[in-house]
Order: sequence, then C-alpha cells, then structure tokens
Amino acid sequence: MTVLNLFGKHQAHLSGHRTLPSWRSVVRGYPQLTISPAILIAILTAWWVVSHVLQAPTYIVPPPEQVWRALVNGLARAPWDPGGYWYHAGITVWEALLGFAMGSVFGAVLGFTIVHWPILEKSTYPYVVGFQSLPKVALAPLMVVWFGFGLEGKVFITAVITFFPVLVNTMAGYQSVEPERIELAYSCNASQWHLITKIIIPSCLPFLFAGLSVASVLAILGAVVGELVGARSGLGMLLMQYNQSMEIAPVFAVILLLAVIGFLMNALVKLAERRFCFWAYRQRGLIGP
Amino acid sequence: MRDALAMRQIESRGSARASLISANALSKTYASERSGSITALQAVTFDIAEGEFVSLVGPSGCGKSTLLRLLAGLLPSTSGSLTLAGEPLRGPGRQSAIVFQSPVLLPWRTILQNILLPIEFRKWPIAEYRRKAVDLLALVGLGQFVDAFPYELSGGMQQRAAIVRALVQDPKLLLMDEPFGALDAMTREQLNLEVLRIWSRSRKTVVFVTHSIAESIFLSDRVFVMTSRPGTLAEIIDIDLPRPRDLKMINTAKFGDYAAHIRSLLDAKGELY
Repeated sequence: MTVLNLFGKHQAHLSGHRTLPSWRSVVRGYPQLTISPAILIAILTAWWVVSHVLQAPTYIVPPPEQVWRALVNGLARAPWDPGGYWYHAGITVWEALLGFAMGSVFGAVLGFTIVHWPILEKSTYPYVVGFQSLPKVALAPLMVVWFGFGLEGKVFITAVITFFPVLVNTMAGYQSVEPERIELAYSCNASQWHLITKIIIPSCLPFLFAGLSVASVLAILGAVVGELVGARSGLGMLLMQYNQSMEIAPVFAVILLLAVIGFLMNALVKLAERRFCFWAYRQRGLIGP
Repeated sequence: MRDALAMRQIESRGSARASLISANALSKTYASERSGSITALQAVTFDIAEGEFVSLVGPSGCGKSTLLRLLAGLLPSTSGSLTLAGEPLRGPGRQSAIVFQSPVLLPWRTILQNILLPIEFRKWPIAEYRRKAVDLLALVGLGQFVDAFPYELSGGMQQRAAIVRALVQDPKLLLMDEPFGALDAMTREQLNLEVLRIWSRSRKTVVFVTHSIAESIFLSDRVFVMTSRPGTLAEIIDIDLPRPRDLKMINTAKFGDYAAHIRSLLDAKGELY
C-alpha cells in the first residue's frame, strides 16, 4: 500500500515536473487552442455576471441561457418555415452571395479595364475616389424607393458595397506587376492577349483575393442594411421586428448568427485563395510575414 | 525568312568573326517632367562580333541598362543607328534573349513551365522544346528541380533557371542585365564559371552588364567602360587573358593591371563609389 502510494507520488512528481514547462510551450505554440477559448469563457462569464449577479434588466442584456434558447428554438424550425431562422438566413445569404458575385465581378473587370487604358484611369479616377468616400449605406433607403421591398434592392446595395474593395485592389494589383515580368513578355514578342492572361491577371490574383476577402464580410453588411430599411424577410428584417417588440434575446441570437455567416463567407474566400493563389501563401511563408 | 537571308549574307562575307551588332552614334534621351530631358546615352559607337563576350561596366546611371534595353529592342533609340545581324533593329525579335537582375520566375509556374514560357509567347511548338528545356536544366545542375516551384530554389538556382529560360530560345545574342548583382560573392563566382562554361559550349554572343570590374574582366573578350552624365563609352578594352579561365587568374598581375586601368578611367570622372 505504502509502496504503491510512494510509487504514485513519485510518478505524479515526475510528470508534474515534465508537464509544467511543456504546458507553457503549448500556450505559446497554440494560442488559438488555449488563449482563444479562455477569452470566450471570460466573455461568457462576464456576461453571466452582468445579467445574474448585477441583475441587468433582460431587455438590455438578456442572460446567455435565454439567448441560447432563442437560438436553438429558431434553428429547430424547418428551412421553409418563416417563423424560424433558417428561412431568413437563407434569404440573407442568397442576397449577399448574389450581390457579392455581381459587385466583385464588376469591380474586377472595371478595375482592370480602367488601369489597362491610362486615359480611362485619369479621367475616371476623381469619380472613383469620390464615390468611394461616400458611405454606401446611405444609399439603402433609396433602394426601397427604386426596387421596393424585394430581393433586388438588397442585391444592388450589396453589389455597390462589395464593388469598391475589389475595384481598388484589382487596380493596385495591376499597377504593382513587376515591370520585368512585362519586359520579359515583350522581349519574347508576346501578344497582348498572352501578356494579360499569362502575366498580368495571375500577378493580380493576390491583390484580387485581398479585395474579395474584405468584400465577403461587407456583403453580409450590405444585405442586412438593405433589410433593415425595409424588407419582408431576411435576418435584418427579423432583427428589426424583434427589436421593435423588445424581444432582445432573439436579437442577440440573430446577431450571433450573422457573425457566423460572415465568418463562413470569409473562410470560403480564404479557401478559394489557398486553392487558386497557393504560390502567394508559400512565398509569404518563405520570406516571412 | 529575313533572318535567314541576313545570316547567309554574313556567311557569304566569309569572315570568321562577322559583326553581329553594329551601333553608330547611338543616343537615347528620356523625356523628363522636371528637367526637360535626360540624356541616358550619348553617341555611342561600337561593333560586337558574333560569338564575342562583351561586358558593359560602369557606375549606376551610366546608361548600361539603357544600352542593353536598346539592344533587346525593348526601347527605341532617339538617334543613331543600330543593326543586328545586318538588319536595323526594330523592336524585340527572335535573335535575342534577356536575363534580368532578378530571376523574374513566375511563382505560379513550375521551373519547367517557367522555362517554356518564352516558347508559349513565341507560339513555337512546346512539345519540341520540352526535351531541350529538361536537358538544359540538367546542364546547369537543376535536373531534379524540373517540376519544383521557384520558391523551393535558392537565389542562385533561380538565376540559373532564368539563364536556361533565355537559352531555350536559342538566341544569337544573350543579354544579361547585372544577372548576379543580387547574389552573394561565393554564388556569384560559381555562376560566373557556369556562364563561361555555357558560353564556351554554345558560342553565343553575350552582352553582360555589371558594375563589378573584376567580373567584367574575368568573363569578357572586351570590356566596354562607361561613364555617366551623360552616358558615354569611355573606352573599349581588349582582355587578353587565355581561355578557359579560372578563378586563379584574378590574382595575376595582368588581371590586376586591367582592373587598375578600368578603375582609373572611372576615377578620372570621379565615379568610383
């Protein structure tokens, strides 16, 4: 018995000796697996303390478990049930995706065209800058007048918002193509078509993806803003509805859902970037950030 | 077709060292917004024979890169005449290939794909050149990196690949714009030997831009010493060192004399740095 105990103690001592420094190295090596969850726990605890210990009114800060219940209830409904979250999330995501696709395609093509012909760049640049400094969400109320409460207005405002980061990044990408790459093409008598498709467009890709990454997050913003000013469905409309009836727990649940959707949209762009722009990653990895 | 004719003309002249490049009072002026215009190159006259190795040496801003780009047909000259293989040079042709200071390898292409890029640009049959590209890669010691991506290669290896990309086009004239300027001294010496080895096999005409006096003497048949503001050809020096050359020659008295002479030419203009 004593022998066993001693043995156990001895082992605990040994392993304790070994795990103490390695625990620190785990924190240092994998902060996303250790510190990140710790921050989440701290936030949830603080939230719990605010609503239960400090007794904040539920219409200001609903307790976490109420928000959780609202979220589970909303997600338990069928996707075609307008009383659940899936239905409205689907509509918001659809608006965001359509707007994102239109805005980024248009932004990339126009950005490329503008830089390719210097006359166009010089003549349109003041308008590009002017329109870019305009807060695009200010156009949202106008969309209701132009397109009504349906899908089109939301797609349009999303397209306008996502258009600019893609346009500006495509322009920057074109302008930062190494001049030697272009000289190389010229020295080999390359056609304009080859110069554009084999040198300039691939050279622009890292910049284009940086623009798409920003645009993917802005896309959700565009769709939600469009719904806030007037819509029959979508998470933004839901948000407005719950807010007006002072049901704050579902408001929190919908906000959480929007955050998750934004994160996933961005992750999708990052995934595409790793697939189509793999070399930029590896290069960065080699040279350092 | 016209190239073939020009070639035959040169051959029919019967001289062993026909002149490949002939520049007469060649000048290049850049328009500049602030100071009106900048003369990068002023009335330069020279001939370069076929198979010759020529270095352009001088301080930065002496117009040596401008001269190289004129030879490549990447820039139009302002005045004077420039002929390549008996024909006035109008734009880049199939006669020359260029190696830049940086390797300019496209990171999304493998080494082999990078080397075949000029073939794609020139719309030549790629299948026929693949074998040649692989052989050339093996020749410069990159045999096992055919399908590697550029970032997997060291700087020196990348520059070798860039040289192969030029050679695969089988140019008459190989233009090199400070190709080893960004490399460390050891790699640089190694690549200098490599260039001489390739040159002695293929006997291409090489125009090599450098700001290293030693490098220019070590490699060349003739060194063109250039001085700046405006860029002119100060002197053409025949390097009478035996070939094949090896690194030991750098320490000989004759090598030292050449170096001292070139240095004094640059020094007279206050251009040593």
